[in-house]
Amino acid sequence: MFPWSRPTPSHRSRVSRLVLVLPLLAVLALAGCAQREDTSEAGAGGQAGFPVELRPEGAPEVTLEDKPERIVSLVPSVTETLYEVGAGDQVVAVDEMSTHPRQAPRAELSGLDPDPQAIAGHNPDLVIVNADAEGTLADALDKTGVPTLVLPAPTTLEAAYDQFALVGKATGHADEGERLADRVESEITELAENTPDRKLSYYHEVDPSYYTVTSATFLGEIYQLFGLRNIADQGDPNAMGGYPQLTAEKIVEADPDLVFLADTKCCGQNAKTVAERPGWDTMTAVKQDRVFALDDDLASRWSPRLVEFVRSISNAVAKA
Amino acid sequence: MTLTRRSAPRPEAAEHTTRLRPGVLAVSLAVLLAAVVFSLLAGSGELGWQRVLGEIWAQLTGGLSPLSEREAAIVWELRMPRVLLAGLVGAALAGAGAAFQGVFRNPLAEPYLLGAAAGAGMAATMVVVFAPAVTTWVVGPLPAAAFAGALLGVGLSWVLGRSAGGSGTAGLLLAGVAVTAFLTAVQTFVQQLNTDTIKQVYTWTLGGLNISGWTDVLVALPYIALAAVVLVAAARLLDVLTLGDAEAASLGLRPGRIRLVLLAAASLATAAAVSVSGLIGFVGIVVPHLVRLLAGASYRVIVPLSLVGGAVFLVLADVVARTIMPGELPLGVVTAFAGAPFFALVLRTNRERLS
Repeated sequence: MFPWSRPTPSHRSRVSRLVLVLPLLAVLALAGCAQREDTSEAGAGGQAGFPVELRPEGAPEVTLEDKPERIVSLVPSVTETLYEVGAGDQVVAVDEMSTHPRQAPRAELSGLDPDPQAIAGHNPDLVIVNADAEGTLADALDKTGVPTLVLPAPTTLEAAYDQFALVGKATGHADEGERLADRVESEITELAENTPDRKLSYYHEVDPSYYTVTSATFLGEIYQLFGLRNIADQGDPNAMGGYPQLTAEKIVEADPDLVFLADTKCCGQNAKTVAERPGWDTMTAVKQDRVFALDDDLASRWSPRLVEFVRSISNAVAKA
Repeated sequence: MTLTRRSAPRPEAAEHTTRLRPGVLAVSLAVLLAAVVFSLLAGSGELGWQRVLGEIWAQLTGGLSPLSEREAAIVWELRMPRVLLAGLVGAALAGAGAAFQGVFRNPLAEPYLLGAAAGAGMAATMVVVFAPAVTTWVVGPLPAAAFAGALLGVGLSWVLGRSAGGSGTAGLLLAGVAVTAFLTAVQTFVQQLNTDTIKQVYTWTLGGLNISGWTDVLVALPYIALAAVVLVAAARLLDVLTLGDAEAASLGLRPGRIRLVLLAAASLATAAAVSVSGLIGFVGIVVPHLVRLLAGASYRVIVPLSLVGGAVFLVLADVVARTIMPGELPLGVVTAFAGAPFFALVLRTNRERLS
């Protein structure tokens, strides 16, 4: 029953890492107390900066009384952010799709359909989910005294940076969170500024049945940084929720300058398979070798690795 | 020619509804041709129909085409196979639906009744989950698996039905229910363990022709053509079956054997349709009924006209699916959304015939 009773290799290393870091955390906590003169809760559980009030964009406010030490993350993007802000050692379990970083303790948890019992089995003191319609998960976990932090996918880059800072604040790494947000923002801005604007058009493929994004989406905003024009906009970027399914005919007719494939891992697509599609060999992007394979994960997450995604677009635009 | 035909009196000539009159068939084929041409001209983008017409004319006469290489590819590599595939799939589903309704003597029977949809769905899910990146095959693993899955579902139902209820239809029907439930459970279970693939499976389930090319047409054509020939040739036997097994047996026929042949042909067509287009509902159940209401109750009329009518219906539905919105609409949604009210209207205007 106890997670400790069946130690897997990854589990053992996690425990040992936790033990190693504990003194450090204690020192940090004490230092924090001294600086902030927050002695009111310095007893059993009180720690630097806590309690904190968290106001995530588009989700309920959450107040954390103590610094969370047993975090369950059911959001792959947030899992990455947790490790980037230095809260990796506080993470006890992540969902099955949290594939990065490798050492994240993946468990048989679903982020799409969170199971309160399975989550509670990890004895968490903070659960982070992507969505919680009607607050059903929060209600269920609330009965076991566990706070639920809902962090929806950001709709703008600004909101993504804010989320980095918020994850830092929630885990007792407020400064690291702020620094991370600033660093990612400046790197992305720099990449965009140093890439020539060639007034090119593009098609971003989400899956091989031609689902795509418009410029009214998070990804669309990133492409706009480079002055790229989205062929799926068609006058109204907000149509179809920003994620329309195009016809092959429409794509070939629009003849985008650049084709970005975000279905390389899921569905085995690449420049060669695209060139073999009926009619696609007549497209400028295919003829001029401007079909670019992206990492599916990078193109669907809002983690600090966004920089890598932005860099691959920058390289593509520079090459074109 | 007409004189000699008129001069030879035939017993069934008096009753129009038992035989398909050549005029009716000619009209329906003309409607199909018109639908295909219309669909070929219709597009959502800037490629105007006049210029497509110019391209077709140029192809026919060897003249100069107004289209660029890329635009010509849109018409011939993307639009044309899609239109033809819509016709093939519509014909397959409606023809199979007519056969199912005849075999089971049940107006609610449809091509997916014996587990074809559930089998295809399960197999498609397996491929999406376990072999997502295999793209080196000629056909692609998903259509191949869906085809095999559909036949597997029907085969299971047949074996189970035979072992449970002999050659009658009741046992087969119930076996279909059981197999459908079981295969759907397997699909749901696999999907639940791999929630990251839900969207792909869902998209496939909604049905559509948006990634179809000539390969799909050539892959589906032989099966559907063969099934169509068998169904048309056996339409008279369907008429006999409607009289009941005892009557059929007294005419020297073997009802169990007839059902096997008809269901095998119908399921082959269904499997081919499902493999290239996913699950498209409503065509198989509604088109045969429309034909029955409009043209007569004999299967010698219903089967051939359902083949043609299903093709017309799906070709037009696909025009809606690919042009009405900025993006693509799932074809299954269009067939139900457009077909259901139309069906209700036909039912209403034919009230006296039904009662």
